[in-house]
Amino acid sequence: MTNTSSIVDREAAHFGSMAADWWDPKGKSAMLHKLNPVRLQYLRDRIDQHFDCDECQFRPLEGKSALDVGCGAGLLAEPLARLGAKVTGVDAAAEVIAVARGHAEEQGLEIDYRVGGVEDVEGQFDLVTAMEVIEHVAEPTAFVAALEKRLAPGGLLVMSTPNRTAWSKLLTITLAEGMGKIPRGTHDYDQFIPPEELQAMLGTVGLEVEDVTGIAMGPMKGLHLSDDMRLNYLVSARRA
Amino acid sequence: MDRSDVIILGGGLVGLAFAAALDSAGLRSIIVDPADPDSRLTGAFDGRTSAVSSSSKRMFDAVGISEHFPEPGCPIRVIRVADGLEPGGLAFDPQDDDEPLGWMHENRHLRMALLARARAGEKIDLRFGRRPVKTVRDAHRVRVTLDDGSETEAPLLVAAEGRKSPTREAAGIKLASWRYDHAAIVSTLRHEKPHDNIAYEIFYPAGPFALLPMTDDDGGHRSAIVWSVKKKDAPGFLKLSDEDFAAEAQAAMGGFLGQVSMLAPRTSYPLGFHHAARITDDRLALIGDAAHAIHPIAGQGVNLGYRDAAALAQVLVEGARLGMDLGDAQLLERYQRWRSLDTLMVAMATDGLTRIYGIPGKTASKVRRFGMQLIDRVGPIKQRLMDEARGTSGDLPLLLRGLPI
Ligand SMILES: Cc1cc2nc3c(=O)[nH]c(=O)nc-3n(C[C@H](O)[C@H](O)[C@H](O)COP(=O)(O)OP(=O)(O)OC[C@H]3O[C@@H](n4cnc5c(N)ncnc54)[C@H](O)[C@@H]3O)c2cc1C
Repeated sequence: MTNTSSIVDREAAHFGSMAADWWDPKGKSAMLHKLNPVRLQYLRDRIDQHFDCDECQFRPLEGKSALDVGCGAGLLAEPLARLGAKVTGVDAAAEVIAVARGHAEEQGLEIDYRVGGVEDVEGQFDLVTAMEVIEHVAEPTAFVAALEKRLAPGGLLVMSTPNRTAWSKLLTITLAEGMGKIPRGTHDYDQFIPPEELQAMLGTVGLEVEDVTGIAMGPMKGLHLSDDMRLNYLVSARRA
Repeated sequence: MDRSDVIILGGGLVGLAFAAALDSAGLRSIIVDPADPDSRLTGAFDGRTSAVSSSSKRMFDAVGISEHFPEPGCPIRVIRVADGLEPGGLAFDPQDDDEPLGWMHENRHLRMALLARARAGEKIDLRFGRRPVKTVRDAHRVRVTLDDGSETEAPLLVAAEGRKSPTREAAGIKLASWRYDHAAIVSTLRHEKPHDNIAYEIFYPAGPFALLPMTDDDGGHRSAIVWSVKKKDAPGFLKLSDEDFAAEAQAAMGGFLGQVSMLAPRTSYPLGFHHAARITDDRLALIGDAAHAIHPIAGQGVNLGYRDAAALAQVLVEGARLGMDLGDAQLLERYQRWRSLDTLMVAMATDGLTRIYGIPGKTASKVRRFGMQLIDRVGPIKQRLMDEARGTSGDLPLLLRGLPI
């Protein structure tokens, strides 16, 4: 594997061990499957706003390129491909990329999957996404700088990450990991980043935040988009 | 291999409406049904009349079904519920300028409109006269092989096969069902006095007698009847001469529509109630009678099916706009959650109504009448019942509000 600043080996090994049942909605990645429609909804909304697309269209990303960093087995990369984008996905865990490739082929989707980190990718993309990744990297600032380099002029960057609050610690680590809803050892609370810090970090690499939206958990609604950012939040940014 | 977004098994009332809803938003479907649809457009195949609730009507408008009706249908302006011929019934009577409570359509007209809409649908691939011989649902897709050897593939299978849905059974989905000791006698009456667009639901210990207004024809006024009788009495009712049956019906109605005669042959249907424990499985969703069937007393049967169609179409269209696999477990879970509560509530309410009215005796009659008067006076309860009849209660899918998806 290429030597990169952003990947923590321990993290790659952890996610690699989850590869096998990544696509099982009832498996170890169940929370991720539940989270997926919520973040896709946000992503679609930002895509429509940013690129001025018709919200009813089925392929708003036709003719556009997308890079998904920390793509896992393709939970986000596949929808982006269905929305019309030419997608590149990178992930540090080789086992996971192998699963992603097999799954995309079965689905009849053409996605360029690579093992590695954002530093290993060349070229620029209209859409760059990094969902639930920054809390796992060794140097967050270097990571966002690398994301910025991959962003095409006029491009859109969308990230998501847990907030550093007692609430997110309780739900994400104590409860979800404790009860086995998320595999143990997925998160390290000290690496969680609050929205203001991420916003400042993006500013230092020349990116301007377009929107910040929370992902909240409710007894009736389940996971949903919200103004409440205590648990987890999504950020979209463009070049300043 | 013919690929589509959805494969629909069953091109009955609900399957066709669902395909129209998908088509209106740009999703493709393949409909497979062994029947010959054109042979069903006569009164001889299906002489029934269905109440289309105003929310279902709004969906028909929104997805382009209404424009194919050979005639507009008969609006129901008032629903009167009575305990036998005792006074003190309950009337659901919205303000004059309000939307009607529902529309009466002859089933053959419903079928004509749905079929014409499906045939006009650019994204609808109709395979009537074809039987599915092999269905495989795996992690990535559904494949259905038809009896002419053709192969179809889609990310999702929708079963709209009616009560006996073989796909539901093959999926091992359990069914909760009640069999009533009743049968419904269905026919059409000619009557002397106009119905004034009023639907009547007259409850007798043996079961409800429902009278549903139809559009006048050249011969005069007409209404459809659905008369629930004890199962053992049904053959007797069917054997009566037209004159004798008309006389029985007139007596049951207390003669308020004047002289009555028969316009159509009588048919009888056993009454039942069933409810699938789940309405989804891996890459499978059930809609319409395949998922649930209720006592036709409240005229809600097929409307529940249209609500399934509206909800599932919205879930899929919204999922497609997010780039999701249309067989994704998250989409199916949303559909299941959205529909199950509503369906069970309507089913229970309808079943409850049948049971209350099945109790003979003076006291029971008083309780019922008292209940009706009470409901009559308590605005919110009445509003709620009226909304239920209209189909506007609960968290309504967009199509049922008349909005496009
Ligand atoms: C006496 C009576 C009165 C009623 N009155 C009313 C009323 O007033 N108002 C109301 O709203 N509802 C009423 N209903 C209920 C209403 O008729 C049903 O709810 C409605 O027909 C259900 O439609 P569906 O499309 O789900 O099923 P169906 O209409 O049963 O259609 C099922 C279709 O699937 C096809 N099929 C079967 N097996 C397969 C297979 N393996 N593969 C492919 N295709 C298959 C069949 O050929 C058929 O075309 C009444 C019912 C009865 C019995």
